[in-house]
Amino acid sequence: MPGTLKIAYRLLVNDRAKFAALLVGITFAVFLMIEMTSLFSGILKRASATVINIGAPMWVMDPAVQTVANTIPLPDYVLDEVRSIPGVKFAVPLYSGGGLVKLRDGTYQSVNIVGLDDASLYGRPKLLAGNIQDLFTENAFLAVKDSEFYKLENPAVGTEFEINDHRGVIVGIAHVAASGLFGVPTLYTTFNRSLQYIPNMRMTISYILVVPKTPADVQAIKKSAAAAGYVALTEDEFIQKISTFYTYQTGIGTNMLLMTVISFIIGLSISGQTFYTFILENIEKFGALKAIGAKGRVLISMILFEASFVALTGYGIGVGLCAAIIFLARLYLPDYAAIITYWNLILAFIMVVVIAAASSYVGVRKVLRIEPFDIFRG
Amino acid sequence: MPKAAIEAAGLTKWFGTGEAKTMAVREVTFDAYFGEMLYIVGPSGSGKTTLLSMISGILRPNAGTVKIEGVDIWGLSADALADFRLQKIGFVFQDYHLFPRLTTAENVAIPLILQNRPWDEALNEARRDLEVVGLKERAELPPVKLSGGEQQRVAIGRAIVARPDILIFDEPTASLDGETGRNIVSFVRQHVLSDQRCIVMVTHDSRIFEFSDRIMRMEDGKLKAIERESLSAQ
Ligand SMILES: Nc1ncnc2c1ncn2[C@@H]1O[C@H](COP(=O)(O)OP(=O)(O)OP(=O)(O)O)[C@@H](O)[C@H]1O
Ligand SMILES: [Mg+2]
Repeated sequence: MPGTLKIAYRLLVNDRAKFAALLVGITFAVFLMIEMTSLFSGILKRASATVINIGAPMWVMDPAVQTVANTIPLPDYVLDEVRSIPGVKFAVPLYSGGGLVKLRDGTYQSVNIVGLDDASLYGRPKLLAGNIQDLFTENAFLAVKDSEFYKLENPAVGTEFEINDHRGVIVGIAHVAASGLFGVPTLYTTFNRSLQYIPNMRMTISYILVVPKTPADVQAIKKSAAAAGYVALTEDEFIQKISTFYTYQTGIGTNMLLMTVISFIIGLSISGQTFYTFILENIEKFGALKAIGAKGRVLISMILFEASFVALTGYGIGVGLCAAIIFLARLYLPDYAAIITYWNLILAFIMVVVIAAASSYVGVRKVLRIEPFDIFRG
Repeated sequence: MPKAAIEAAGLTKWFGTGEAKTMAVREVTFDAYFGEMLYIVGPSGSGKTTLLSMISGILRPNAGTVKIEGVDIWGLSADALADFRLQKIGFVFQDYHLFPRLTTAENVAIPLILQNRPWDEALNEARRDLEVVGLKERAELPPVKLSGGEQQRVAIGRAIVARPDILIFDEPTASLDGETGRNIVSFVRQHVLSDQRCIVMVTHDSRIFEFSDRIMRMEDGKLKAIERESLSAQ
């Protein structure tokens, strides 16, 4: 490391109070930004939980569907239409809807019911206990062991219960990748049985799950579905659509965005302000350095180094703190939704770079303006 | 005939324009020689600091030339001039201008560090210099822990660490009591001045006049040579 940067480093860290204030400012901002955006990422992932857990490459739905939870039933004949589209390897119906389970003490618990195609059980979850074939026995359900599992009083294979005034029995305990957003437990059953438990309707299919023959068929399938008045989305497109809905059509996204912006502004003002006073305090000395023979770019490199050092250290501590808090929160709140994605980290990093750039810009301007002659005149 | 270290010719500097124009220095011509300690005295506002800044390459004159060891310094590019100052000129300011968050040794080492000398080597030389100015024991302390006289000696250490040929002092004793000021200048005279070095010092302090070789007086932007005796008698 060049000696001038070592000098810069010492000027910075030896000023304990300001260094601490700078770190606190950046750490705080990074922490809040990552916490906010992680929480939001977590919520978005949960909002798409059903899509992720079923794992079908394509989904056919009513054009008005905004999120996977707000289903709009399709008439039965659409299934045949979709099956006849060239490029479709196979297509199966999916039921997704709500139900009420009566608990032992007589209270009711809402549940999410997923009905899998009877012939293929396409999209079935991994079983932790029980046998998947038992799903074809009378009144059979799988209970998903996620963070909501306890709300069904931790059932086991063989547990009986009442659902929408019918008898049900747990034949397996399942594991899925993503928990849902709405805090209700999930039960899987077969498509036909799900219809028996649900107040009957003329249209019964929530989604049609499609597996194309080859990835190249995706576009043609989308076109044919559109021509028939429906929408076919790939898994990613559907997740994106749900994310867009929660980001822009609900208060969640805008509030998170607002909080992120506020954290950014707070971080920027604390750090910018402190860095500015730090430069001001040393400004005459920087002027003396200029007189001695330090070139402008050397002074700039010193300031940039100081700003980046603070920014990166604060970023590291902020990210670590956030990971620790999320970890702790998960220990005590199994439902805690935050997930740190690369996207969150990159966003916070960009904001930290902006904070560092803005702070050093002010400092650099100040230092380039100082005239050694003014130092001489005192 | 002694060798000229600094040759200033026709140096002129004004500030502002029109009504607000101040003539700070008017066509000043003089030489400063190796092996001498040249004082510039004069009333406040007479242009001493302005002149000092022009001959040391930190304030561009409106007219005139400055040659240091034959090099026309105002003909150099800004970067070349910065390098020239770094190699050839040492500065001692009235207010020391030491970094409070660095140790004394680190402060002294700064010119060497700016010359990209390895850190350890620069610090070792700085410690050697601190020994010269009698502050060996203070090397690892921050300058704020030192007295004013000690801080000025640190500043002198910093000014000489890169072995410059020219030393520029602007009121080095103004922030010190009389006795301390005398001691410091006496020290400079004995240990810092040499045949290969030229020292130009601006001062108001008549108690240090005795250490000078030559004194010039500035008045209203003009410079004239005077006798030391005539000044001391005032
Ligand atoms: N940047 C400037 N802008 C305007 N006028 C200036 C500027 N610098 C110096 N002057 C003026 O130039 C004149 C000479 O100033 P200078 O600082 O050289 O005087 P000095 O002899 O060093 O005084 P002192 O003994 O008080 O230090 C003064 O009238 C001063 O007001
Ligand atoms: Mg002055």
